[in-house]
Amino acid sequence: MGDILVITEHLKGEFQDITFEMLGKAKELTGISGGQCVAVTFGSMHGKADELGTADSVISIGGSDDYNPESYAVAVQSLIRAKSPSLIMVGFTSMGMDIASSVATALNIPAVSYCANISASGSEFSCTSSMYGGKMNVVTNVEGPVLAMVLAGSYNAETGRVSGLPDVENFSADSGSGNVRFMQLIEPEDADVDITQSNILVAVGRGIGSKDDIEIAEELAEVLDADLACSRPLVDAGWMSKSRQVGKSGLKVKPKVYIALGISGAPEHIEGMKSASTIIAINTDKNAPIFDVAHYGMTEDLFDVVEELVEELE
Amino acid sequence: MKIIVLLKQVPDLVEDLEVDASGKTLDTNDIKFKLNEYDDHALEEAILLKESGAVDEIIAMAVDGDGTDKMLFTAIAKGADGAVKLTGGNPADSHQLGKAFSNVLASESYDMIFTGVQSVDDRDGQLGPIIGSYLRIPCVSVVSGVKVSGDTAVIHKEYSGGMMGEFEVDLPAVLGIQAAKQSPRYAPVSKIRQVQETMSVIEASMGELGSGSGSSVASMAPPEKGAGAEMLEDVEALIDVLKDKGVI
Repeated sequence: MGDILVITEHLKGEFQDITFEMLGKAKELTGISGGQCVAVTFGSMHGKADELGTADSVISIGGSDDYNPESYAVAVQSLIRAKSPSLIMVGFTSMGMDIASSVATALNIPAVSYCANISASGSEFSCTSSMYGGKMNVVTNVEGPVLAMVLAGSYNAETGRVSGLPDVENFSADSGSGNVRFMQLIEPEDADVDITQSNILVAVGRGIGSKDDIEIAEELAEVLDADLACSRPLVDAGWMSKSRQVGKSGLKVKPKVYIALGISGAPEHIEGMKSASTIIAINTDKNAPIFDVAHYGMTEDLFDVVEELVEELE
Repeated sequence: MKIIVLLKQVPDLVEDLEVDASGKTLDTNDIKFKLNEYDDHALEEAILLKESGAVDEIIAMAVDGDGTDKMLFTAIAKGADGAVKLTGGNPADSHQLGKAFSNVLASESYDMIFTGVQSVDDRDGQLGPIIGSYLRIPCVSVVSGVKVSGDTAVIHKEYSGGMMGEFEVDLPAVLGIQAAKQSPRYAPVSKIRQVQETMSVIEASMGELGSGSGSSVASMAPPEKGAGAEMLEDVEALIDVLKDKGVI
């Protein structure tokens, strides 16, 4: 097997967890099948190469610290052309989604989305994608080179978070035509509550059905002295504020107890709450993926359960 | 200013999904398909831009198949000005779908192409960047806010933790829309019927689809149920758990 390139991600000068998740897995794969585990950094992040001790070496693409969908993709494209790796690991993230599909198409090499696991055998990779909202595992067997988009939360970031002194090679990459220009980073608005600090969260999903019915979840939260959180569709609908959103584009939470009401458990949501100590899920769909990560589950109507629960507790 | 919005149908996940006899693909006999929710947001964002006066024309485009006409007429009823359906093929993956759209888009005029950021079945990559690559125009994904000014668009791209990047993008460009500024609207049935009677969907040949993703599915199966959740029979049992965990 050839080398594995891990496309690192950073925000505000810090490597993101997905970087370490991928590095840990890449190191495991090269340990079994040979090749080098190479971390690829952008901007000035090579200055933090000592955090990338899991990698055998680091390639610094340089350029801007600010992510740019166009220039970062063009740079990765020229790097793949120059280095001929077997596997390129990219996060299935805001950044990775721009890069992976465009680079794979331009270079005419396969890309695989939603990767929850990757294994290698000789020059062949087996990628397991968590598709259809986590309801199906789809296995793609493919010869390298292949771009794999790794779902955040698939691996333990701590495994890949090892300090060390990998060699840093500077790579002079193409930078694109300048058609996309970074303007500024916009911080989230101040929230009335920081749900990442909450001990107990009552989280509502699409199953709640209507804005007015969120009230019943609020009542439960009040009785349990919990904070209210939600999944993405409720924010998109304008029913709840972004500061309450758990998941990929929202917040990652680690409460002692997470009560999921009417949340199906798509990978994008699970990424944000799987670290909760105890997860209790209430959903009428017995096949909902949320029950795979939950510790306790009930396949009852959430309104019936919550109503009875609130009555009992009051 | 003209936007072409690419629409696609995906299995409704409310249904029970089953694998067909090949063990590699969904059994589509008994499942319901619906408009990809992110495509719905892409359409909504386009309509909002038109209502704000920034955009003059919206064309909805989709591959022909069961339910395509209704989906396209619904898009017109919501606010699109016209619809095109791609005929003469059956794209097998995101790459072939991207090729089909790109073939037709190559002879269309447009300032922006909107599509949903992702879909639940795009195993081999996302449509937006694939099309951007085929058409050699910029693509930005995970977009949740678009403003147009002259030949450029200023867009907000979502990162994790509620942060966003603001970018200026030269047009024409492809945008993978995560969320419109407001919830996608519904079209009244009467309006859809009226559109069906007065408008027609233009057909365009999708042309050669190319070799596709370069990979194929080895197997498909529901996730193995691990230990999974301990199922609770009633609220009493739930209360016991909450007591045990120190919540109450």
